[in-house]
Amino acid sequence: MANAELSVIFAGPLVTLQDGGRPGNMRYGVPASGPMDRLSFDAAHGALGNAPKQTAIEISLGGLMLQCRQGCVTVAITGGDFLVEHAGQKTPSWTILTLREGENLSIRAGDAGSWAYLAIAATLPAREWLGHTATHSTSGFGGGTLATGQTIVLRDAFVREEREGKIAQPNFLDEGSIRVVLGPQQQHFDPKAADLFVSQPFDVTDAYDRMGMRLNGPQLTLTDALSIASEPIVRGSVQVSGDGVPTVLLADHQTTGGYPKIATVVSSDIDRLVQKRSRQSLRFTQIAPAHAVEIARDHARAAQLYLDQIAVPRGTLAQRLIRENLISGMIVG
Amino acid sequence: MTQPDFIAVADHALLVRFATELSDEAHAAVISMDQLIAADMPVGVTECVPALVNLLVDFDPLITDHVAVEAAVRAKLYNLKAVKRTGAERVVKICYEGSFSPDLAAVAKASGLSQEAVINAHIAGDYRVLMYGFSPGYAYLGGVPASIQVPRKEVAVRDVPAGSVIIAGPQCLVTTLTMPTGWSIIGRSPTQILMSKPEQPFLFDVGDGVRFERISFARFEKEAADG
Repeated sequence: MANAELSVIFAGPLVTLQDGGRPGNMRYGVPASGPMDRLSFDAAHGALGNAPKQTAIEISLGGLMLQCRQGCVTVAITGGDFLVEHAGQKTPSWTILTLREGENLSIRAGDAGSWAYLAIAATLPAREWLGHTATHSTSGFGGGTLATGQTIVLRDAFVREEREGKIAQPNFLDEGSIRVVLGPQQQHFDPKAADLFVSQPFDVTDAYDRMGMRLNGPQLTLTDALSIASEPIVRGSVQVSGDGVPTVLLADHQTTGGYPKIATVVSSDIDRLVQKRSRQSLRFTQIAPAHAVEIARDHARAAQLYLDQIAVPRGTLAQRLIRENLISGMIVG
Repeated sequence: MTQPDFIAVADHALLVRFATELSDEAHAAVISMDQLIAADMPVGVTECVPALVNLLVDFDPLITDHVAVEAAVRAKLYNLKAVKRTGAERVVKICYEGSFSPDLAAVAKASGLSQEAVINAHIAGDYRVLMYGFSPGYAYLGGVPASIQVPRKEVAVRDVPAGSVIIAGPQCLVTTLTMPTGWSIIGRSPTQILMSKPEQPFLFDVGDGVRFERISFARFEKEAADG
């Protein structure tokens, strides 16, 4: 355990520090923020042996390149299919590696996915706001955005060789359409709008950031173009502007707004949704609220089981032997 | 008060809607229900978001569900009171001078009043916090007097400084970030809405009364310097 120092050789836009998020402040206009893809964030910390929800780096398609200036530290990279290059070696994301003095680590957009997570086996110093380091991108409150040239001084940096190597990706995720519960304002839409929304494909547009994802597809006609009294918004709300274009509100969403919402994405499917990229196509399926609750519970159980599995270090050969001896010793004793 | 509608929002929230259009009665019901829930949180409820005509009740779907939360909220309807306010009154200082009020002349012209009369009307307004939204700490205050109500501008102005006091229709807002706005900018406040105090992170809660207190430019500079 020691300090280590990382230098940001390059950071694309929207590479931010995020902890698990600051729930409980929506009444003050503050969304939870935190990671866009929460399961990948949890997996990075879990596989690395970190405390859950501690501060990590969320990497956008803009990418990130770090150099280890001093010390050494083990890191985990999860999220979309990003390209990782470490000390001249190329690997896919979902990997754990140790960064040593003088080595570079670059994480760049790969074939798929929009967000990657870099968890570090150390304390990553970050500015707190309302008790959390999660960055609210539009205000910059919280840990903030990484900038090229910045130095990151890590405290309590660990090397965890026994955890190096590939991280098993979750295999319990539904791969089909994105599930939604209709409403809460579908009364403001033409009766055909909801049918179109859950039957036709929509494309992700370039208007996609931490606040929301604008979609391109059939027009969702509003019956009364007048704006409604501003109503609460959640992560996953699908609001439709006057021109009939839907936007899914995400981690840094506004907490209230006057555009009618045709549907709300269920929480378990948001991680899959946010990894889509511009021009990728997706479909929505309608489910009943009670079914949505069942899905949330099944998803939480499966996620916990998965996180428990990847939290077990594979260990070096020597360590595996020691561990097995210790275990059999305990059983015999 | 008619019975509210209960609308499921995804797997984790219930929208309790008292009306479809803003009225004192509907907002009072929102405030009262928000207080009743805060005083006795139903099992699994994580947070509430009060808005103009409805209240979002967010919950942990691993612990409860829409049906149980609706039943818990319904059980509180009998105790709903016609309170418009929380009882707290907050003071916001405002300087109307010079570059702090670029739209004062336009508001005066649109209202057929002198600039001083616009200021007097604004100061005399009986404000309360209707809801937060748009950005952290953006509290929508209802109560702009009818005599100075002006519509939103057609084109938003960029880079409006934090602390600007802006009005549109019956609503007034003290901005907390540098942001574009289409509302009319009539003053600047040194009063911090984002208080960075763990026990009271924001100056207002929804339902609080708000009173503006006029200060001079010299006083503004001193207050701003004192933070």
